[in-house]
Amino acid sequence: MIGLGLLKAMKVTLRNALKVPFTIQYPDRKVGIIGAAKNEGKSTVGLMATQPVTAAKAALSMYSVPVNIPQNRRFRGNEFTWYEDRCTGCASCAKYCPLGIIEIVTSPGGFDVQQGESYAIDVFDIDIGRCMFCGLCVEACPYDALHMGSQFERSKYERDALVISVDELRQALRQPSSWFRPQFEERDYDPFRDGPEDDHYKTGRHEMPDQETLDQRWVEDR
Amino acid sequence: MTTQVRTEPITVNLGPQHPSTHGVFRMRVTFDGEEIIDVEPIFGYLHRGSEKLAEERTYVQVVTLTDRMDYVGSMLNNQAYMLAVEKLAGVEPSPRGVWLRMIASELQRIASHLVAVGFLIQDLGAWGTPLIYTMREREKILDLFEMLCGARITNSYLRPGGVFMDAPEEFWPAMNAVLDELPPRIDDLDDLLTDNDIIFSRTKGVSVLTPEQMLDASITGPMLRAAGVDWDLRHRDPYDYYDQVKFERPLHTAGDNFARYWVRVQEMRESIKIVRQCEKMIEPGPVRPDHDDVPWLLRPPVGDAYAAIEHSKGELGFYLVSDGSISPYRCHVRAPSLINLTLLREMLVGELLADMFVSFGSVDINMGEVDR
Repeated sequence: MIGLGLLKAMKVTLRNALKVPFTIQYPDRKVGIIGAAKNEGKSTVGLMATQPVTAAKAALSMYSVPVNIPQNRRFRGNEFTWYEDRCTGCASCAKYCPLGIIEIVTSPGGFDVQQGESYAIDVFDIDIGRCMFCGLCVEACPYDALHMGSQFERSKYERDALVISVDELRQALRQPSSWFRPQFEERDYDPFRDGPEDDHYKTGRHEMPDQETLDQRWVEDR
Repeated sequence: MTTQVRTEPITVNLGPQHPSTHGVFRMRVTFDGEEIIDVEPIFGYLHRGSEKLAEERTYVQVVTLTDRMDYVGSMLNNQAYMLAVEKLAGVEPSPRGVWLRMIASELQRIASHLVAVGFLIQDLGAWGTPLIYTMREREKILDLFEMLCGARITNSYLRPGGVFMDAPEEFWPAMNAVLDELPPRIDDLDDLLTDNDIIFSRTKGVSVLTPEQMLDASITGPMLRAAGVDWDLRHRDPYDYYDQVKFERPLHTAGDNFARYWVRVQEMRESIKIVRQCEKMIEPGPVRPDHDDVPWLLRPPVGDAYAAIEHSKGELGFYLVSDGSISPYRCHVRAPSLINLTLLREMLVGELLADMFVSFGSVDINMGEVDR
């Protein structure tokens, strides 16, 4: 019958119109007085008494709070995490990069009592302006020195500023993603929940779990 | 007394930046009034030389290029490429890795069909609403991919012989939640669109293609099944473990725009069934062969191999030639989007201007794959 299909369709539209929107208001979201008070850590009355300007702004919907996008811990972000003590300068990452955007220059330099002579890393440039975040460099690293980062807000005004230099890597916030690093998932490390991990001894090494462990994990999953 | 209106053909260039063309595609169309009398498709604006680039990269590195060919079906592209590499190098894949990639590719098929359906309806003039509904479901599947491999579109999840890393613990409950949520949403889509009188009147009997025409042009995928030809590579030439799962192949006999849309919606339901079966069949174990068997720098013996899968758009095949070195000597892609476009002229001539982009959208092409 002509028209019946349209009514059915309207029913679906109406049902969806009454639902809560699923949109995430990234990067910030306008809130009212109650939301502003919660963000400032005060009660509503307390906010109006102590910060009347803020309260007025919130009432006029001019107050916004930052919103974070929920991310998974395997997220391949564009900040790289690098543990210099582990890096031997073998340049496996540079060889495995499909685009050839990693440049490594080493010189014979450092000496460690336990490990003997090692290379000092002079240049470690990652041109993330051309990077496609496939993570093959991280997969290639035999010493678990390079990790994908978990941040993604790294826009710059110039292309040259997109090149991560070795000094920047040394000073960067180390918030490694668990991409191709099962040791993080084994001890349930989440970079977004647990924060940065600066100590490379704590990060552990990537090893294949044995069959028994896998079987046990499978049984527990079900 | 009769008045005669004299019309004359006019040639219009649509594209390459036309908003309805699903990418940078150009059509030189000759109209007589509102009727299309000639179409000349011109493509190549998005050519990035992926096949040539593959010749300079190792077998694992080429995975990143396949992601970017059909960027709404990355997992399926990965799967086709990996099958070709495994055939070429004689790699025996790990069972758990194969099940995981079947799950990933079936989820990707749902996502790809959702995009196809959403944009088809958008081309009909329903700006926004149905597209946002389908995109909302697709987002959930992309979130699952982020859980699996850290990326949403450009996955690079598969490796020769399996996948790079096992699914995390939180993946299985999340996947089950999405699978429970999807069937009612597809029913919603059915209620909203399949029984809709406006969709009926706009898509039924428009751009009809006969099975003979399509077989002559070697068209595959939902377009062919919409004309009643039961051709699905998952069933006809099972790759991976598709011979161990049961699924139905929805067929329609009309061969028009509505049939193509209908087949896609039904295939989503079948994909959900396949994922559920895969989840039951999967067993613990390594997800990729040992590095001694499949080294990072794979050197397949001299020879060639062709492997094809049923992509969401048709038969996607990779033809690889090896000269014994670490990178392929030649890599050729049989892209379903490009081959399905070859009948565009037959589809459009005689139709009206308003139906042009609907027919174009019903082919479900992706310019990234057409031009590669």
